[in-house]
Amino acid sequence: MSARTRPITTTAGTRPFAFSEAALAECKALMARYPEGRSKSALIPILHIAQSGNDGWLSVNAMDAVAHVMGLAHIEVYEVASFYSMFNLHPVGTYVLDVCRTTPCMLRGSDDLISHLEKKLGIHCGETTKDGMFTLKGVECLGSCGTAPMLQCGAGYHEKLTIESADALIDELRARNQRTNYTDQ
Amino acid sequence: MSRKLLFEHINKPGIRGLEGYRANGGYRSVEKALKTMSPEAVLEEVKKSGLRGRGGAGFPTGLKWSFLAKPEGVPRYLVVNADESEPGTFKDRYLMERIPHMLIEGMITSSFAMGAHTSYIYIRGEYFYVARIIEQAIAEARAAGWLGKNILGSGFDHEIHVQVGAGAYICGEETALLESLEGKRGNPRIKPPFPAVMGLYNCPTVVNNVETIAAVVPIVNDGGEEYAKIGVGKSTGTKLISSGGNIKRPGVYEIDLGITCDEFINSDEYCGGVEGRAFKAVVPGGSSVPIIPYELFLKTTAGESRLMTYESLADGGFATGTMMGSGGFYAYNDAQCIVRSTWNHARFYCHESCGQCSPCREGTGWMERVLHRLEHGEGRSEDIDLLWDVQRKIEGNTICPLGDAAAWPVASAIRHFRDEFEYHVHHRQKVKDPKHFEKEPFALARKFESA
Repeated sequence: MSARTRPITTTAGTRPFAFSEAALAECKALMARYPEGRSKSALIPILHIAQSGNDGWLSVNAMDAVAHVMGLAHIEVYEVASFYSMFNLHPVGTYVLDVCRTTPCMLRGSDDLISHLEKKLGIHCGETTKDGMFTLKGVECLGSCGTAPMLQCGAGYHEKLTIESADALIDELRARNQRTNYTDQ
Repeated sequence: MSRKLLFEHINKPGIRGLEGYRANGGYRSVEKALKTMSPEAVLEEVKKSGLRGRGGAGFPTGLKWSFLAKPEGVPRYLVVNADESEPGTFKDRYLMERIPHMLIEGMITSSFAMGAHTSYIYIRGEYFYVARIIEQAIAEARAAGWLGKNILGSGFDHEIHVQVGAGAYICGEETALLESLEGKRGNPRIKPPFPAVMGLYNCPTVVNNVETIAAVVPIVNDGGEEYAKIGVGKSTGTKLISSGGNIKRPGVYEIDLGITCDEFINSDEYCGGVEGRAFKAVVPGGSSVPIIPYELFLKTTAGESRLMTYESLADGGFATGTMMGSGGFYAYNDAQCIVRSTWNHARFYCHESCGQCSPCREGTGWMERVLHRLEHGEGRSEDIDLLWDVQRKIEGNTICPLGDAAAWPVASAIRHFRDEFEYHVHHRQKVKDPKHFEKEPFALARKFESA
């Protein structure tokens, strides 16, 4: 099985999902910017909007709402959502910490950073803390090799991390307690 | 001191905004092209410049543009590949973040040459904040009349849209990128037909890297011949190299193609030499290109100084050379373990394989598992030959180059560092410590063993 086909979550998807009016208008505007008959091009941008409006992950209900808005078959949405690694197919914490683990970061200490975060948060990569605050993900190259090691949280890149600055970041995020999304301005 | 064509003004105040960009000569190439040149004349300058694709393949840009089919009544598209995901590469991000109007300017001028009225920037999803910077710059350009209908009264219309991805290395492959832009899974298409004939929405399309399109700006401003004066042989102009790993000065450098590798890695103008210890190995062009020992990076087997050019880096073929690739440069010091690094590379390609072709889908996972056990003290003596066999069966047997890209780092690591793999088989306890070469570099470990 390729890493590019991940199972979607059907059990936790019973919570209803609806686009906000503003989000719906954004979806319509996105669909209108492509040539006639090519509005499917807006699928990835719209999945980002749906994910941001659904506590950072794509439930079946959220994906079905995308299919409805775009006039697509459900499977057309599922197959795309399950291909791209930024789409979370399971519930995630308030903060998703995407720690880069690829070679250039490894050369500059990402293994130590990941071990430290796992220990500090008491979870392994791919897991969420019991309080629902942090999800830790080991991700592939984020294009920040000159400022390694680093992690992404929401739209923000946190670079040149040390054990101390990573600790400070965790403390700061915990104190703020406010969800971040990739689409944040 | 290399000339700066792309980065000349990158540290000027306000260069990110339209006003600051204009004050430093921005959008001159659009004025020149739209007011005084024909589309064919722009293409001619790009051909003369010898510019080669800066995304990794190094294909001549003018030639690529000349393949663009032009059937009546069918739109043509320029798609800029800003899906920068090749490990070690962060030059496009740097350029887009600091001087976004240069990309937009290059896109307008290039689109004029192609007769494309709509272009897209496909940017990797993780660069969301960069996409916002580009969108802001596009809005400024549109408000000032650089985009829209009848630009500068020339009759040329152009619109640019920014499209974000969502995390998939494979979308840097041009046909996978087009699939993704059409709202699908990023599965590469079988070529032919090439995008120049049947690309986005089945229309003729040119897909170019960010840096390639930015380089069109100085080429049109100063002429292709002027650009071609920089460099050596078929490696003309300047190149952005993003440097990382165990060097003193990581960052993005614009170099004249043709400076020596020694100057690049050791001079304080660029990488500044090794951090602390001794250099061991170099990956000069992103994770897909062969890793080579430091000594071979400095000098070819003929004893000549190796140069930072497409040809010189490839000198010696895969036996003793490597590739320019995307310019994603990273160097290893002697605390690093080549087996660990190769396992890391293999994990990356396994994660990123789209799963379409079985040699890649199965082979990348197989290599990852074998390398994992070697690195974690569970290796078997037949594993090295097994790895060699698997990578051989992936290379050349897949629709897109991801298969080759997964095979080459494994092949080159075994070719140049086979004794280090063997060490892992015979010192299983020792290699269970992830930092097994930190206190005692591999060469030193071998020395004590034989003494």
